[in-house]
Amino acid sequence: MSNKKNKKLTTTQLKYQEFAKEREPKRSIVKNCIKAFLVGGTICTFGQFLQWMFMTYFDFDKVTASNPTVAVLIMIASLLTGLGVYDHIAQFAGGGTIIPVTGFANTMTAAAIEHKSEGYVLGVGGNMFKIAGPVITYGVFSAFIIALIKMTITWLGGM
Amino acid sequence: MLKGHQSWSFDSKPVILSSSAVVGPFEGEGCLARDFDIIHNDLWLGQDSFEKAEQKLLEQACTVAIEKAQMKKEDIQFLISGDLMNQIISSSFTARTLAIPYLGIFGACSSSMEGLALAAQFIDSGSAQYVIAGASSHNAASEKQFRYPTEYGAQKPPTAQWTVTGAGAAVVGSKGNGPKVTSATIGKVVDMGISDPFNMGAAMAPAAVDTIEAHFRDFNIDPSYYDVIATGDLGKVGHQIAGDLLIEHGFKIPKEKFTDCGMLIYSKDQPVIAGGSGCGCSATVTYGHYLNRMKKGELNRILIVATGALLSPISYQQKESIPCIAHAVSIEM
Repeated sequence: MSNKKNKKLTTTQLKYQEFAKEREPKRSIVKNCIKAFLVGGTICTFGQFLQWMFMTYFDFDKVTASNPTVAVLIMIASLLTGLGVYDHIAQFAGGGTIIPVTGFANTMTAAAIEHKSEGYVLGVGGNMFKIAGPVITYGVFSAFIIALIKMTITWLGGM
Repeated sequence: MLKGHQSWSFDSKPVILSSSAVVGPFEGEGCLARDFDIIHNDLWLGQDSFEKAEQKLLEQACTVAIEKAQMKKEDIQFLISGDLMNQIISSSFTARTLAIPYLGIFGACSSSMEGLALAAQFIDSGSAQYVIAGASSHNAASEKQFRYPTEYGAQKPPTAQWTVTGAGAAVVGSKGNGPKVTSATIGKVVDMGISDPFNMGAAMAPAAVDTIEAHFRDFNIDPSYYDVIATGDLGKVGHQIAGDLLIEHGFKIPKEKFTDCGMLIYSKDQPVIAGGSGCGCSATVTYGHYLNRMKKGELNRILIVATGALLSPISYQQKESIPCIAHAVSIEM
């Protein structure tokens, strides 16, 4: 909690929060990191296997193989979300299932399923990017800023 | 009649003529399955949205309670009901189906006891002969509204709770056989500055403590008066905090008497993290489990302190802390 926020709280509130914090079970960071590493690592290894498969048995090179690899991972993650399995894996894995592209697929599929009851346009269409939206917005924006920086450096003869 | 600062004693002793609890599949696997009137195998209840499923839960709870009282819905003068959905649609839409004159209430998860307290007050003041009080919540519908889509894979912290899919209703009348509503304490809003919606137990515990202390102060009794003092949905974390807070205030409730509906409803091996929550939690546990135990003669006097977190999805996004409330209702055989 930031200090700015703390300033708004009274001493009684702060005292209580400390009191409550002592009684809240802690999330073990080390255990969570290990779990995330193992599950996330497994997903990435599987991705690596897919890439190798597309390069060995199909007509793809290292760069072009990334597209079908990501597509397969997205399809599997979406399917697992639809079957109601993904969130259970995620409760165990934490960051391990959020960070890879599968996590991104899960955010969109989960939101799409959830809001189907409000119709395809306002429900699915309007809410599909509810969680994924900020990632895309700031992803694109930061890519733009980085591109500007790179262009400036190039223009100044830096690269 | 007003008692002390914030309590009512119901001298005419309004009677809970019948009560019902209708739950979803997950609650049906829990410890209290035998106490529920209807257990649904399908989270959707055959409806095409979670919101409609919640409405159906509440409709069924009301219908079953009225049937068990051997009455017709025309005999009931008022329906008082609350739920967690925006604009309390589950309650209002149920009132549309039942066509009973209706007052909608919102006290978040405390709506169950808020409704029962008001129903008893209506009877006690002679404003009605029969009132039905109901409350409902649906796990997926409230996750969707308050948190993330149900299938979204975000890890929940150990303080998170599981919203109960269930609805409870009670028919309260001026005379008859059954447990009696003897008093109620209306809580004030307490905000200890906690803003994490995955830590409702810690947010609500001070409100529960405040109301419990007020209840015993207003009636000048001590905890030995009751066989059970159960909070609504503090869960494991909140229960621990509330217990310790009471001790710190020099107010001791024996461990075996002090419990929480959110800790009772699920079995230990169900992955509900810190326990159950939601209007349906205190409603189904009280109207199903506790009233059954009272009728069996196992309990004579109970105090239910339903706790509610009065946040909205917008207030939480705007980084507001969570104001909480608790209402206590005393039921005696």
